[in-house]
Amino acid sequence: MDVLAGLAQGFAVAAQPLNLWWCFLGVLIGTAVGVLPGLGPPATIAMLLPLTHSMAPSSAIIMLAGIYYGAKYGGSTTAILMNMPGESASVITCLDGYQMARKGRAGAALGLAAISSFVAGTLGVVGLMLLAPPLAKVSLAFSSPEYFALMAFGLSMVVLLAGASLVKALLSMLVGLWIAGMGTDLFSATSRFTFGRAELLGGIDFTIVAIGVFAIGEVLRSVEAPEAGQLQQVPRGIRNLLPTRQDMKDSRFAFANGAIVGFLIGVLPGAGSTIASLLSYGVEKAVSKRPEAFGTGIPEGVVAPEGANNSETGGALVPLLTLGIPGSATTAILLAALILWGLRPGPLFIEEQPAMFWGLVASMYIGNVMLLVLNLPLVPVFAQLLRIPAFALLPIILGVSLVGVIAVSPTAFAGLLVAGFGLAGWLMKQWDYPAAPLVLGLVLGDPMERALRQSLMMSQGDLSILVSRPVSATMLGLAAVVLSIPLARRLNAWRMRAIDS
Amino acid sequence: MIAWRNGDVASGLILAALGAFIVQQAWGWEYLTPDGPGAGFFPRWYGMAMVVLSLVLVVRGVRQRAPSTPKAHDGSTRRVLACWVALVACVLLVRPLGFPASFALLCWFVATMLFGKRQRIAIPFALVAAVAFWLVFDIGLDVALPRGLWGA
Repeated sequence: MDVLAGLAQGFAVAAQPLNLWWCFLGVLIGTAVGVLPGLGPPATIAMLLPLTHSMAPSSAIIMLAGIYYGAKYGGSTTAILMNMPGESASVITCLDGYQMARKGRAGAALGLAAISSFVAGTLGVVGLMLLAPPLAKVSLAFSSPEYFALMAFGLSMVVLLAGASLVKALLSMLVGLWIAGMGTDLFSATSRFTFGRAELLGGIDFTIVAIGVFAIGEVLRSVEAPEAGQLQQVPRGIRNLLPTRQDMKDSRFAFANGAIVGFLIGVLPGAGSTIASLLSYGVEKAVSKRPEAFGTGIPEGVVAPEGANNSETGGALVPLLTLGIPGSATTAILLAALILWGLRPGPLFIEEQPAMFWGLVASMYIGNVMLLVLNLPLVPVFAQLLRIPAFALLPIILGVSLVGVIAVSPTAFAGLLVAGFGLAGWLMKQWDYPAAPLVLGLVLGDPMERALRQSLMMSQGDLSILVSRPVSATMLGLAAVVLSIPLARRLNAWRMRAIDS
Repeated sequence: MIAWRNGDVASGLILAALGAFIVQQAWGWEYLTPDGPGAGFFPRWYGMAMVVLSLVLVVRGVRQRAPSTPKAHDGSTRRVLACWVALVACVLLVRPLGFPASFALLCWFVATMLFGKRQRIAIPFALVAAVAFWLVFDIGLDVALPRGLWGA
């Protein structure tokens, strides 16, 4: 009953004309961003975040979330038409989507991608709606030690966000913690890492780091190696985008698989949509009667990963909104956005901001419908974005980034900082340092330090407070388990080698 | 042969130096107070972790013969640095020249110098982009973009 009442309240918020407009704008920008290779949702949300300061927070989160899930829809267009993932999670869609396009079935592939995104995206929102409120109620009993353990658990997820090197992921996270610690320490009024600059007394604005590392860093990477690909024939007319009855029959399990796997992976912080789509593709192949056909252009190979990466969005919002734990770079930026607007994502969020939470949930239902309508007939229009030349696109991204910085802090110092972080973002890419752990450290560093210090104040310096309370002990235990995953993997590999030899 | 251009060694050394700096700074702040951890508590730990992890990276990089990351294409690093310097120049010119003029210069530079476009394409593009940004952000979205020389 609570859920229905909440949903009714949410639709009252989301259906306001202004919020409908922001939702539409969000999913439209999201689709465009998803179509354009390179410019992902974290960079876009970071660039646009400063412009949301004058908006009502509920409208702003509706728009930013629209960009987040809208990009998942758009990413499939580039994957299918160019064999290039417009968005990282669409990389698996290239396997069968592009093969379908090469066989002259681009329309069916795009249609299946849009329909599965809609079905799974909507089911993901249902999951968010049903799971978030009870989880928030459980976490209402949290105090500083539990919060510290929760943040430590969130930071341990860096293991899962690590690419090729765990050491680099951990270093990236430590740099994030360092940046988060800059400014005046609120407990002792000590200035930390301010280098004598008054501008740094308040710390470095999260937006500046995010715009630099993600947007400017991405532009510099694109300048270094502009990507080129051949665009397949874009089908025109809605009839050419509808899959056949046989396609739908072949994909019936893939729809459910994508939605369930995607949501479950989304709830786990750190796993992310790329893993969700990869896993659902693997599950689909494992249970298929024709596993050998995967990769040759079959509908299930498009439906499962596309569904999973859209359903993952709903799942990823569960830990973000109920525990304040982001699982990816995009959700970390959304968390920072909520904090910047003066809100407290966490156990009390649904209770304190019911209109915002339920408004967001309702807007996601509406947004998914908008995306289906946008993506079926307007695919040829979005595909034209792929023809925008790099010489025009890159300065525009730089310009939007600069406007974002000016909106946050109209000083040359802030501009130079963002340029510095841009160069750092490019170097991180050059040297294979993942950016997501940096954002995680940046967002969680400050609250984690605060929670630790408050906990130790409560216990008068006794560290056992962190392990003597059941919830915090369990979470710290879970963090230890997550951190030991690489060690377990290494031991397993060593054992297998020993058996082989 | 040790590949000093190996990114792991270079980045490891930079981060080790940063970690050492963090620890050195944190040593000057209170570690524990009667109320609990002081301002130096947290930085001291993550600083030390940074030193240890970056040294692991350096050792691994030194033991590795080939660079761990593929080298960039010829001349591409120069293009990146040129773009970055242009961005920095644009940031510094925003105050004196105003946003539209400095942004137009940035657009022109990227189009001509980095992508080799002719002036008949680059100049109109730069002007249209600058005006469009002014209209969308300053007039449309009410972001107060610096006006510089053209300011009221």
